[in-house]
Amino acid sequence: MLNLQQLQNILNNDSPEFLEELAQKAHRLTQQYFGRTMVLYAPIYLSNYCSSHCTYCGFSLHNRIKRLRLNPEQMHQEMKTVAATGIENILLLTGESYKATPLSYLKEAIAIAKQYFTSIALEVHPMDSQEYHELFQHGVDGITVYQETYNRDRYKEVHLSGKKADYDYRYGTPERAAQAGMRHVSMGILLGLADVATDLLSLYQHLRYMEQHYPGVEYSVSFPRLRTIKGHEFAICDVDDKKFIKVICLTRILFPRVGINLSTRENAKLRDHALGLGVTRMSAGSNTSVGGYSLENTDDQEPQFDIEDHRSVSDMIQLLKEKNFDPVLTDWRPISNQAS
Amino acid sequence: MQTTETKHIEKTQDTPLVIGGKSFTNRFLLGTGKFKNKQDLADSIEACGTQIVTVALRRIDLEHHEENILEYIPKNVTLLTNTSGARNAQEAVRIAHLARESGCGNWIKIEVINDSKYLLPDNNETIKATEILSKEGFMVLPYMSPDLYAARELVKAGAATVMPLGSLIGSNQGIKAKEFIKILIEEIRDVPIIVDAGIGSPSQAAEAMEMGADAVLANTAVAMAGHPAMIAKAFAMAVEAGRLGYLSKLPAKKDIASASSPLTGFLYE
Repeated sequence: MLNLQQLQNILNNDSPEFLEELAQKAHRLTQQYFGRTMVLYAPIYLSNYCSSHCTYCGFSLHNRIKRLRLNPEQMHQEMKTVAATGIENILLLTGESYKATPLSYLKEAIAIAKQYFTSIALEVHPMDSQEYHELFQHGVDGITVYQETYNRDRYKEVHLSGKKADYDYRYGTPERAAQAGMRHVSMGILLGLADVATDLLSLYQHLRYMEQHYPGVEYSVSFPRLRTIKGHEFAICDVDDKKFIKVICLTRILFPRVGINLSTRENAKLRDHALGLGVTRMSAGSNTSVGGYSLENTDDQEPQFDIEDHRSVSDMIQLLKEKNFDPVLTDWRPISNQAS
Repeated sequence: MQTTETKHIEKTQDTPLVIGGKSFTNRFLLGTGKFKNKQDLADSIEACGTQIVTVALRRIDLEHHEENILEYIPKNVTLLTNTSGARNAQEAVRIAHLARESGCGNWIKIEVINDSKYLLPDNNETIKATEILSKEGFMVLPYMSPDLYAARELVKAGAATVMPLGSLIGSNQGIKAKEFIKILIEEIRDVPIIVDAGIGSPSQAAEAMEMGADAVLANTAVAMAGHPAMIAKAFAMAVEAGRLGYLSKLPAKKDIASASSPLTGFLYE
């Protein structure tokens, strides 16, 4: 593992030749371990109720936004719309409200999602291992949870109240999900929230710890860049495209078999180029508002973040084929997760 | 009366590879992952003439959103569905059941992997899954780490072959586990030994066959080549060449040069 100084040196090295060298290596490793395939997934926002106050997030408790939570009928409608695009890997998201979207609500959503999708992951409030195990048995394959930043002081500054303010509970979430039997755990940092090198090193250490203790889990990482939400800036440091690409390449080199996700937060041009450099999973045709795929009147809603790449799933499939990638829509066959 | 030509053919003729009572004349098996498109896969299958291809059930688009991989595999090719994604015997068994229910037949390559970093197979769980599935009538071809005890247990459990890894999957490193695979070739006589994983070039495939492996499976090296169909054909040729090399009883390699002046000749003078 690199030390902080080495990591800083890499991130601060502005030589184009150096970056190219990293990119070439990352490209080779990605092709070797993942081949010319790209897994596609899409998010569905079930609810934007949130009981945490995070300064950078559109769903934050004190933001005066229209709060919505899909009822079963609306879930069917949204899921049907997304499934019609061919997406089979679904990421169900909520704000972090233990009250508005309790375990029972999530189970209901999963039962419906199973009718439309072959692989279900959740990005919801962190839970205990037993609750994750129940969700696993109900058919959830993966948990996505980002630490956002590993800098405790900065974490405290931006997570003002609610359960999310508990740094340690959040840190232990990937481990609790793994203990519960989840197949996939996706981890990440919000780039721009704190010093990138320090956060990256901590993420790598966290990931290494997880790999050593829970080797059976498939891991992936995400590097969402903190962006504007309806015109508001939240980042304390700018992570430009060069640095962003460097983070992706470096992660691939250090973790050759770990998945790297890239969302539609990033623009089309960057996504088109990043897909050969280490990214293995891309979201497509995404909408980040509750009910955004099929329900009306979402214009006045605050999305969790603004989408930069508006291309549809079929556009992405076409693009991947043109770039000599095989788009993978089906990457799992649901088998019962119940112990027999 | 035999002509000179038929005698010549007989002398260079291989016997078929028999797995579970089914005969195959081609000893090269192809994996179907990682290809940039399904046409490349179809071309590769045709070019190498493989008679067995392995497909991960998790990647079969049963919902038919996109091109279903099965449509690119000719009907006369035996489909070997693999249990990629299974982390224990129970999950492998469930995937095998689902494969059979989905119309993918009963030839199952068991892959039980509980380590996402090295993707090494778990022999213990593989043995358990083999026992369950072979009792249920599946033709079970287990992927394994080359270990003699595990191989014996697999045979006892009803495996139709054993498929030891040459080196880490996708690594193109060749037969790093050579000495251990040699032991399996020497000791496991009841079922064929198919070297799977890590074979990165035709020459490495030939090497495995010269050692006495019964067949070789490759995937990454074909899928990632600039011309997949061409290398697929090269693999099939190398496998055949290696096989004939093995059958020809290659003169053994010697560590030292043969002494031109015998040291014990005087005893017979």
